[in-house]
Amino acid sequence: MSKNKTAGYRGHHSYQKRKEAEARSFIRYRCGFTNTIQDVLRQRPGWVEVKEDEELDFNWCDVGWLRENFDHSYMEEHVRICHFRNYYELTRKNLMVKNLKRYRKTLEREVGHVEAAKCDFFPCTFELPSEYHLFVEEFKRNPKSTWIMKPVARSQGKGIFLFRKLKDIMDWKKDGSRLEEQRDEAQVESYVAQRYIENPYLIGGRKFDLRVYVLVSSYLPLKAWLYRDGFARFSNTRFSLSSIEDQYIHLTNVAVQKTAPDYDPERGCKWPMQQLRRYLTAKHGAHEVETLFRDIDNVFVHSLQSVQKVIINDKHCFELYGYDILLDQDLKPWLIEVNASPSLTPSSQQDYEMKCHLLEDTLHVVDMEGRLTGREKQVGGFDLMWNDGPVSRENSGLETLGSSCFSPNTNLGCFNDRENQLRHLKVLPGQKSA
Amino acid sequence: MDEDVGVNIIIAQVCQRLKGSHLHSHLEKQAKECLHRPEIKLECIKDDVRSFLKETGWERKLQNAVYRELHTLPPPSHTVAPPEHTKEPLSYMRKAQACWEKRILKSLNSMCTELGVPLARKRPVREQKDLVHKWTEMGTNEPDLSNFRPVYAPKDFLEMLISLRNANHDSSDEASCKSHWGLIQVPLNVKNIPEMRKVFVELGLGTSQLGIDDNIHITPDLFENEHVRLGKRVVSEQDSAAAQQYSRQGCPTGLRATLWALILNCGNDLEDVMRYEQLKSGVIHHDLLVDSLIYKDVKLTASNDDYYFVFEDYLYQILLCFSRDTTVLEHFIYNSATPPKSSVQGKQGTEEYALVYPPNGVIPFHGFSMYVAPLCFLYNEPSQLYRIFREMYVRYFFRLHSISSSPSGIVSLCLQFEKLLQIHLPQLFYHLREMGAQPLRIAFKWMVRAFSGYLATDQLLLLWDRILGYDSLEIVAVLAAAVFAFRAENLMEVTSLAAAEAVLADLSTLKVMPLLQIFLFATVI
Repeated sequence: MSKNKTAGYRGHHSYQKRKEAEARSFIRYRCGFTNTIQDVLRQRPGWVEVKEDEELDFNWCDVGWLRENFDHSYMEEHVRICHFRNYYELTRKNLMVKNLKRYRKTLEREVGHVEAAKCDFFPCTFELPSEYHLFVEEFKRNPKSTWIMKPVARSQGKGIFLFRKLKDIMDWKKDGSRLEEQRDEAQVESYVAQRYIENPYLIGGRKFDLRVYVLVSSYLPLKAWLYRDGFARFSNTRFSLSSIEDQYIHLTNVAVQKTAPDYDPERGCKWPMQQLRRYLTAKHGAHEVETLFRDIDNVFVHSLQSVQKVIINDKHCFELYGYDILLDQDLKPWLIEVNASPSLTPSSQQDYEMKCHLLEDTLHVVDMEGRLTGREKQVGGFDLMWNDGPVSRENSGLETLGSSCFSPNTNLGCFNDRENQLRHLKVLPGQKSA
Repeated sequence: MDEDVGVNIIIAQVCQRLKGSHLHSHLEKQAKECLHRPEIKLECIKDDVRSFLKETGWERKLQNAVYRELHTLPPPSHTVAPPEHTKEPLSYMRKAQACWEKRILKSLNSMCTELGVPLARKRPVREQKDLVHKWTEMGTNEPDLSNFRPVYAPKDFLEMLISLRNANHDSSDEASCKSHWGLIQVPLNVKNIPEMRKVFVELGLGTSQLGIDDNIHITPDLFENEHVRLGKRVVSEQDSAAAQQYSRQGCPTGLRATLWALILNCGNDLEDVMRYEQLKSGVIHHDLLVDSLIYKDVKLTASNDDYYFVFEDYLYQILLCFSRDTTVLEHFIYNSATPPKSSVQGKQGTEEYALVYPPNGVIPFHGFSMYVAPLCFLYNEPSQLYRIFREMYVRYFFRLHSISSSPSGIVSLCLQFEKLLQIHLPQLFYHLREMGAQPLRIAFKWMVRAFSGYLATDQLLLLWDRILGYDSLEIVAVLAAAVFAFRAENLMEVTSLAAAEAVLADLSTLKVMPLLQIFLFATVI
């Protein structure tokens, strides 16, 4: 591999990486999972799996390992790991809400009301038991509304339930008067109570949420990529507010849906994002859908900015987040949750291929092989959404000259021309040419 | 002179159709009410009323209604021709259709007797209440359908078509190179490629269109933006004929629902809503045997589709009402089929009289629900979705499962497909034939459904844009041939029907417009 002087300025950083990659003819990785990511890593040319005690260059770990080992392990400059140390500031529901609320206040103070209002994409949320009294105040203001209780640290829809009466959540009352023998643990688990969105957008009478993938390669400065593919997950049963007990209706996690009585595993209940985007365009027109997707971009950017100063930035770290977004009938997006370990288990062949491409492109962005110049706006199916500032689409056309029209560089739900884009990158050593 | 007479007859027929319609009463009402307006003068009342109606868009509505009638008007026939000639001029086709109908009615009746289920029964009040409650979620019902089977599947129908023969046509002494290699052995006139190039002009290589020129790598300024602007103008003009012409180059996703409604002249006014509610109450009050067939079909086909499973509930809401819609019987004037009649025991127990069954005269078959499924993508207001589907059915879909000589009929489509293959891909056709893999056996199921469920939704809608645009189903046959042309290399390797089916099992990645364009305009003749 020779230094290509005509390619223009290349950062010292990527040059270093390349030199190191050259020195080593392969990349040593460890992987804490046995599903799709394992397949992708194994098939990547020049990547070799190493054992527990050996030196490595790349670590795709699970959060458990991270918690136990991150602080004690030394990583050389070039090593990459797939989580930020305190990722939970974004992904644990109570912390995310706290960070968002604080960030919103800052925005209101420093920028103004309009900008702060852009953070109103999370439903009213309180942490219990600590904010119990605040919650009760809000609850009493709207006694007819429905609330959803979610455990702070669990996933896959476990432990979630809906309620309308205060008595349903007596256990979280913060006054210690509950009966000790009613609970196994000494302390009640931390939950958040969130106002339930009662007018979700329905398709075919069914509720759905969106799973979108955002890759953060750095927090300071904030560099975030948005993947074009994703999917809408449908609830198998029909939406109606009258049956709160039926958690199958209200929860759209595939993990919960899989246990519902009429779940058909062969069918899967997902639509690819492109299908959803087309459907919404057919219903509402291109303009409204453009606005919707810009609002969705806004959710990602503001949520990341809210934890930007809290997350311990580390050049070794990158993270692939799975965002769960819910749309209401006014086509407003709501942030439900952010996942630091989005499920990579495929639910169908199509899903498997999508996740493979997603992970391959993640590795392209992380760029252990040092192929990128650092000026790319698209790598595979990822579009650079934020690079210490908004990123605009290229070739905006003459009509944007002199106007305040800004065209963001995001294409969620649009055609994913990753194969075409990847041809612009240098072939990986050992890779068969396309 | 003859032409004038012909036109006069058409005018008379259209007037007859529109007389007494809702539009007629609206126009009268509008005309009466406008008399109060100051600009209407008594001296030139006729002209003034006319210009008022023109300015307020009522003339355009009338134009659209006339245009709609012209679509479904049967071709002019000889004065002494009996009415069945309007349905189908060729007697051997009529006989075959009658024979087919007898078979399926027999099958339906025997299922009815075997299962001990009545063809129709009145629902008890409790059941009616339940159904009202669950109207929007009928997909959650889990009736026991194991004993029901579809009345027929496309492949049964194909066998029927293969056996069609024109007794007046003697093909025994034709040389083998001229003989037809395919399964359809009737001498119908179908268009060849040079003729189709003249008809499908807008699909030519020199014309821009959606499905090709809106590709992500082509800047939208070249075609797409202008096309969308034009589409918006067509919509604002509310011109049915213009919308049809426009649709030949494809409808933009955001405008398609409105444009199709305009082309089909389907509004969603009070009368439509009321009509739909009436049908709905028909469903509530009576249960029909065909309802179970519909349920079974939806569960077997649409519910298992990766995209259409979401619309399961809508499909019941549409199809159950469709079965009870007696206005559908009107289309049998120009349909070679005749509505099946079933004898019903009279109240006295002794007399019998024949009643059309099901009330709309259409017996559903395996895959029928797929005609509705793609439309759910565009319309979610049940009464409007219903109107659109009903119109699509009485204009186009009925031709895909009745035996007729119409150029858009399934027989012609099959023949056209086979001829295109034989002329332009003779090596492939011969090879497949030798391997026992007659191409029609694979392509038939695509054509019967107009490709619904086989293509990706956006591609299917682009295809149906052209069906509406050209008011013909011939494009379906062309696409079937184009698919074979596209996969020819792999098909030349197969050695059995099953292997050929496997090569053509997944069409979900195909882009229809490039395939059609290349096949029609880049094939060497």
